[in-house]
Amino acid sequence: MRFVKPIWGCSVRVMSHQEKTPQTLAQKLIAKAAGRDSVEVGEIVNCGVDLAMFHDSSGPRRLKPMLEELGASVWDKSRIVLVMDHYVPERGDDAKKIVRIARDWAREQDLPNVYDSQGICHVVLPQKGHLSPGMFCVGGDSHSPTGGAFGAYMFGIGSTEMLGVVVTGEIWVQVPRTIRMLWDGRLQAGVCAKDMMLLMAAQFGMNGGAYQAIEYAGATVTSLGMAERMTLSNMSAELGAQVGLIAPDETTRRWLSQLEKPVDLPPLAQQIWQTDANATTEDHHFDATKLSPMVAAPHSPANGFPVDEFTHEPIQVAYVGACTGAKLEDMQAAASVLRGKVIAPGVELMVAPASLRDLSLAKADGTFATLAQAGAQFLPSSCGACAGYGNAIKGDVNVIATTARNFKGRMGDPASKVFLASPFTVAASALRGYVTDPREVLS
Amino acid sequence: MSADARTVTGAVWRVGANIDTDALAPGHAMSKGLEVVAQHCLEAIRPDFSSGVRQGDYLVSGPAFGIGSSREQAASALVALGVSAVIAPSFSGLYFRNAFNVGLLLVTCSRAEELVDADQLTLHLAPASGVTLTSARLGELPCAPIPDFLIHRVLVGGLLNELKQRKSRENHG
Repeated sequence: MRFVKPIWGCSVRVMSHQEKTPQTLAQKLIAKAAGRDSVEVGEIVNCGVDLAMFHDSSGPRRLKPMLEELGASVWDKSRIVLVMDHYVPERGDDAKKIVRIARDWAREQDLPNVYDSQGICHVVLPQKGHLSPGMFCVGGDSHSPTGGAFGAYMFGIGSTEMLGVVVTGEIWVQVPRTIRMLWDGRLQAGVCAKDMMLLMAAQFGMNGGAYQAIEYAGATVTSLGMAERMTLSNMSAELGAQVGLIAPDETTRRWLSQLEKPVDLPPLAQQIWQTDANATTEDHHFDATKLSPMVAAPHSPANGFPVDEFTHEPIQVAYVGACTGAKLEDMQAAASVLRGKVIAPGVELMVAPASLRDLSLAKADGTFATLAQAGAQFLPSSCGACAGYGNAIKGDVNVIATTARNFKGRMGDPASKVFLASPFTVAASALRGYVTDPREVLS
Repeated sequence: MSADARTVTGAVWRVGANIDTDALAPGHAMSKGLEVVAQHCLEAIRPDFSSGVRQGDYLVSGPAFGIGSSREQAASALVALGVSAVIAPSFSGLYFRNAFNVGLLLVTCSRAEELVDADQLTLHLAPASGVTLTSARLGELPCAPIPDFLIHRVLVGGLLNELKQRKSRENHG
């Protein structure tokens, strides 16, 4: 056994190898992008980028001046996706300016893939058919590991590093070891992927992923739909992993084939993009049947406990929003709790659908009406209050949210206390006016 | 913009573990320019930091410095405030990449938490020999090695300058 230190200072243990070693899914994806047969954990390799995504906040307002200063142009416009989601709808002069820069730059550059006020980038990107298994992608946002749900190696980078990608089409990575989160058994009704993530964040901490590759696997994960898988991959950021991968399967293939612009999976993709049976991984086992709804207390996503530890904690604001927790399936989960009921007096329930597609599907299947009749107010499909951008939450209030982060001041006011939970738990808490186990309401 | 060696002496500003990017670059300041973000840097944790820190000083923290968002203003705010390096037992990997890209040196040091406010530190950084960190009180401290290409990147002031150099070499080569 040899020890490899990742250069950011978290220890990694690696089995010693000879010749070509069995490869994890992460290694296979990196090897493909680096033009290699295989790669070894710990080595630093240069990868070709299949797709680079950025938004109004991290993208044009930062990239345009740097590109001009450098006198350089975009390496391949067809591989770039721009999503306006952080400062839309524009509130105030600063927001107007930022969004105007993004729109003007998109026009000047004649970018082919621009989604303006269509929803949150991590949800819009796959819904518009830009992701498929085997891709190597970067995003100008920390929740970019969401793409891992589709078997793509996708991670977040800052704007200057994005400049490097946009100019060269390449980026370096230190090949990570793979931490496998193996879940078995059936989740109880009212318990979902968000609860799985809050449990893992509580156990491993916010840097427990040590910027390695996490792979979610096991019968529980295989039985999840794509929206729930996206929640797992999305919150890999809260585990401090570089990526959160899920091996593509029939569920992935079917989801991609049913898009407005269907993505056809090559026939062999499901066999190729798997971790080899004898590859070296660090495995952790979880029993889904024992999982209770989880709530993360202020001010860390890793501060999670079973919901019954919070009994009767009062709630003034309930928020179903963000890339993490406002997809169609998340809204459906909230609606299943609230059907035929009305939220408690003094509680504000806000729903910001993750994309316009999810909003229109929620309207078509009655989810929207159920939530509206229960007393929900609908907000624009953008990042909004999750990060204190639009509709920031003011004052010394308790908020329960389906979002991914509850750092102090994150939703706009350092005095507010944000509790993180699943859409089931957020809806049940809105119904009663205090933190509530959704299983009590559903049964 | 040469990649010459650098030696800086400064005082320690000590913070705890798990310093997140919302603390370094608060969301409410993100629509403003870097100067404003820098003024609000760490306001929720050390309100005395942004007004009191001096050119060359060091930010020293517990493990998992820089967790959270990809916003690189969380690193460039420290460059703007004149911080010469962040010293911690471990960093968020995403923050680690961003810092070197904007020219901020991060030093992984297992003994970082032994340092206290106002300790005097001297750091020597050179392309060939890497990082040497000496505390006036504790003597030389162990530092994890940093790959040469990242030392070079921080010495030229970040990735943008590196790309400029590469471009000018191509134009003249």
